[in-house]
Amino acid sequence: MMESLIAAASSYAGQIDQVTHVVAILGGFWLLLAEAALFYFVFRYRRSRSPKAQYITGETKQQMKWIHWPHNLVLLCDIVILVFAVRAWYHVKQEMPPTDDEVRVVGHQWAWEFVHSGPDGKLGTDDDVSVVDELHLIVNKTYKFKLEAADVLHSFSIPVFRFKQDAVPGRQISGWFKPTKTGQYDVPCSQMCGIGHGIMGGQVYVHTPEEYRQWLDSKAPKSAALPVEGLDRIAMNQGGM
Amino acid sequence: MATQGHAAAANGHDAHGHGDHHELSFLQKYIFPLDHKIIGMQYLFTGIFMGVIGALMSYAFRMQMAFPGKAVPLFGLITPEFYNSMVTNHGSIMIFWFAMPVLIAAFGNFLIPLMIGCDDMVFPRVNRLSYQIFLLSAVILIASMFVPGGGFGGAWTSYPPLSASAVYNQTPYGAPMWLLAVALEFVAFLLGGINFITTLMNARAPGMKMYDIPIVVWMIIIASILFMASVGPLIAGAVMLLFDQTIGTGFFDPVRGGDPVLWQHLFWFFGHPEVYVVLLPALGIVAEILPVFARKKLFAYKTILWTAIATGVLSFVVWAHHQFVAGIDPRMANIFTVTTLLISVPITEMLFVYIGTLYGGSILLTTPMLFAIAFIAEFLIGGVTGIFLGASGSDIYFHDTYFVLAHFHYTFVPIAVIAVFAGIYYWFPKMFGRFMNDFWGKVHFWGTAIPFNGIFLPLFYTGAAGDHRRSFDLLNFPELNQPNLIFARQFATISLLVMLAFQVIFFINFFYCMFRGRKAGANPWNANTLEWVAPSPPPHGNFAELPNCHRGPYEYSVPGRDSDYWPQNEPAT
Ligand code: HEM
Ligand SMILES: [Cu+2]
Ligand SMILES: [Cu+2]
Repeated sequence: MMESLIAAASSYAGQIDQVTHVVAILGGFWLLLAEAALFYFVFRYRRSRSPKAQYITGETKQQMKWIHWPHNLVLLCDIVILVFAVRAWYHVKQEMPPTDDEVRVVGHQWAWEFVHSGPDGKLGTDDDVSVVDELHLIVNKTYKFKLEAADVLHSFSIPVFRFKQDAVPGRQISGWFKPTKTGQYDVPCSQMCGIGHGIMGGQVYVHTPEEYRQWLDSKAPKSAALPVEGLDRIAMNQGGM
Repeated sequence: MATQGHAAAANGHDAHGHGDHHELSFLQKYIFPLDHKIIGMQYLFTGIFMGVIGALMSYAFRMQMAFPGKAVPLFGLITPEFYNSMVTNHGSIMIFWFAMPVLIAAFGNFLIPLMIGCDDMVFPRVNRLSYQIFLLSAVILIASMFVPGGGFGGAWTSYPPLSASAVYNQTPYGAPMWLLAVALEFVAFLLGGINFITTLMNARAPGMKMYDIPIVVWMIIIASILFMASVGPLIAGAVMLLFDQTIGTGFFDPVRGGDPVLWQHLFWFFGHPEVYVVLLPALGIVAEILPVFARKKLFAYKTILWTAIATGVLSFVVWAHHQFVAGIDPRMANIFTVTTLLISVPITEMLFVYIGTLYGGSILLTTPMLFAIAFIAEFLIGGVTGIFLGASGSDIYFHDTYFVLAHFHYTFVPIAVIAVFAGIYYWFPKMFGRFMNDFWGKVHFWGTAIPFNGIFLPLFYTGAAGDHRRSFDLLNFPELNQPNLIFARQFATISLLVMLAFQVIFFINFFYCMFRGRKAGANPWNANTLEWVAPSPPPHGNFAELPNCHRGPYEYSVPGRDSDYWPQNEPAT
């Protein structure tokens, strides 16, 4: 269902979609049941067919069971949902599998700065490659990200990965993802971050290893991080503001 | 306690004991009133006025969403800063200056004394002050959109650091004024809440026991308690944020040892109970209307009351479901998923009870009844879609998308629009002594209910496909620049235009019938509760003779009686 709306391109996208589907099925069941009962009663007990109402307090044991049964069943459904939700959550947000590479992500008003580890595969060294609004990854490799914000809150979101994490100034938040499909996808900022929030979006390029090498080679070995003012101007130009 | 009678109410009336109801000047009666009904009307009209402004704002930004970059009739080109400010002020107005004043203050003021059978609120002067502060807050909010730099645009949640510094939000005056307006609005509702609770406890009609109190009165009281218990931390937070904005403190600024996420906790510790603050009165209105037009006793009164209380209590421990991906300790998300799923249980139970009330009834589909039934039908959708967001795993994806937006509008629009219309059509005869036109009421009903779904069903779809919130032009994002999504956005906007057009019918019906409508007697719907004992409209002091209470509020179609209703004040024979 979800995949027909938006591509699923990370190792855990399927698991997140599974939670969505479980909720859709269980929630949908109760929704349809309740709506059906509501419309049936309105139709069946309209004044022309049911001129005299019954007197039902709803407080005898016999009548209360009509509430208690749904109550217990809803609780049961909640438990099922809980299990799926927490399992997915744990996998995405609490686990840290062995990773192949690291990337540093910094949210600015209003652009993403992506610092790639470069040929040596380590962040914080001279060969790091810092680019604006472009994240380059290799398919089927597991990445650890280190997320920061330079000014206000931003949210690092890759919808096709089913991934989202707010960036908070003063903190470095880490997590992981593993792209599973090559292609170019959106990285919108999804937390209100000021006037340029509506244009703040990068692209993630998921490459084959060969493509990735080509991209890396095309980059000068040492491209220093852009100053924030520069980022602003770039973002403005992109949005045509 | 129940039998203390009207002593307290009489005390409140020190200025004019109700023995002598002297004539009041226009100024005393309508501009500086003490009468709870007039204060209720002031809240109603101010709230609806603000609601119209909020709706016009949604028109402006929906047009921009559907036809980005095109000039919008009445508004012109929508710049990003104007867009953000419209969204922010729309959300703030709809919740704080429309839903709360109408559902709690207007209905609460008008109904509580009438339904518990007393002549006025216990603290009429506090009541008047509450409205005046509220009015002041509304004026400040509106003014904040016309100052240099424009209105605040950091979303109704006002997260720092964006909201804390004009360097980031570029609204040096708009942001503090917005915050001041919100803080004053809170003060107004704190004053109102004290008044409501004291009145209920001390001024009930002799014989009215706890379980004889109409559900809507209970709901407004529980909502007031929730509000008063949750708003304290946020007021403290608002003061800190105001200091950050104006005198350069750093409570929420990490560079100076503050923490931006702290604000989110303070905001949502209030913000989630706030959802129930507006939901409960709406559920209360529906609980009054269903029995009257199904001629049937409310199913399981006590269950409704206790589930409302349970929901209220639980609503204090779910707040961080708004912050799953905000940078809180990920282990915390598990706890908040549990509490959030738990809160679905009493709410479902309550909705089942409402549906159960219709079983075996004799249903007459008047305009208020149609709105009441539509409330249940639509709110169910809002409730079920909330589970996608309460389940931590799926919220990683859905958070801050239009799916969230559609979800909460499926709760807020039934609450603040559909239930409010139900209440207005139902109590209009009591308020003004005349009926609203039922035919045009039904036209208005269908013209509201159908386009409402037309607006927000497509937004579930665009949200699930990735549309994210508060973005002034989604075409900037290649994945979202697709014909299907563009069509859905346009469909939503056109539905909004249709819905807005049908509201004109409501206003004409309302104002025409205020003066020219068919006359209504004291009890036009053959209802049981005490407000229908008073003349329509009730005079100053409400009842010719204060009523006694002999039974619960929902004794309809009691076997062995000729009449299918049994007013609370009618002595048993
Ligand atoms: C029926 C007409 C309404 C329409 C068409 C409408 C539409 C919208 C839209 C499209 C947004 C999001 C804009 C964006 O994120 O870019 C929005 C935000 C919001 N709306 Fe409404 N809305 C309506 C009524 C209401 C009502 C009755 C309430 C509450 C009682 C409400 C509360 C909110 C809130 C709290 C927000 C969030 C604002 C923010 O993101 O800061 N709306 N509305
Ligand atoms: Cu942003
Ligand atoms: Cu909440």
